[in-house]
Amino acid sequence: MIQIGTVLDEHVFTIDRALLKAYADASGDQNPIHQNEEFALSVGLPNVIAHGMLTMALAGKYVSDWAGGSANVKEFSARFIKPVIVPAGETVDLTVSATVVEINGDQIKLDIVATSAGVKVLGMAKAVVIK
Amino acid sequence: MINPDSVGRTFNGADLITVTQSEIDSFAAVIGETKTSVAPPTFSIRISLSQYESILTQPEIGVDWTRLVHGDQKFEIHRPIVAGDTFTCSATIETLRVAAGNEIISVRSDLHNGTELVVSCWSTLVVRG
Repeated sequence: MIQIGTVLDEHVFTIDRALLKAYADASGDQNPIHQNEEFALSVGLPNVIAHGMLTMALAGKYVSDWAGGSANVKEFSARFIKPVIVPAGETVDLTVSATVVEINGDQIKLDIVATSAGVKVLGMAKAVVIK
Repeated sequence: MINPDSVGRTFNGADLITVTQSEIDSFAAVIGETKTSVAPPTFSIRISLSQYESILTQPEIGVDWTRLVHGDQKFEIHRPIVAGDTFTCSATIETLRVAAGNEIISVRSDLHNGTELVVSCWSTLVVRG
């Protein structure tokens, strides 16, 4: 039974440098801050960071899975409030959960929480799905 | 500096972009999506971001792409994107403000397949000062 306040099961995605390269190629976003550590440090970042849109794409996968497929996602929004830091040779987590906050007929609105290493990385993350 | 006269204007991308199944498959593979009859919800950023770059860096607008940070993103998906869709992409500069030396622009992008509006998205882009 889905009702306002229903909390969805958490899912943990893993992110490493290879995934950043794969996302860069698939999305066309080849900004070196997502691949080149020397460059990332030179512009004042703590290390290579994940594309905000990769974080959002993974959260979108979480939402799609719950909604029964990509075709059921009607609206999706997020702010990129903190970077997901991806050191060389390491795997970091992206932990996603969500809560049902509105139900209008067959449309369900979710508030999404996404963290990496315990830090909230997406703000105001919301989706509207049909289910 | 971004030209303040560009605020409120809509710029049409010159390109006609045809979505291929292999592009959808590649994007889906990165996020572990195995069902690829339609594109994942954020797939359209692949189109909008490259069109933003070619539109917004024109001298009459003046965005410095090398200093760009993505602040936030919103999608309204009227129907899912499928292989064979052929899009035109516009960029409307909705607002421009300056805060702490950074230029912050809000841009709306509409993806049309012929006359059909398929996806609208809104991006806040921060040009670091």
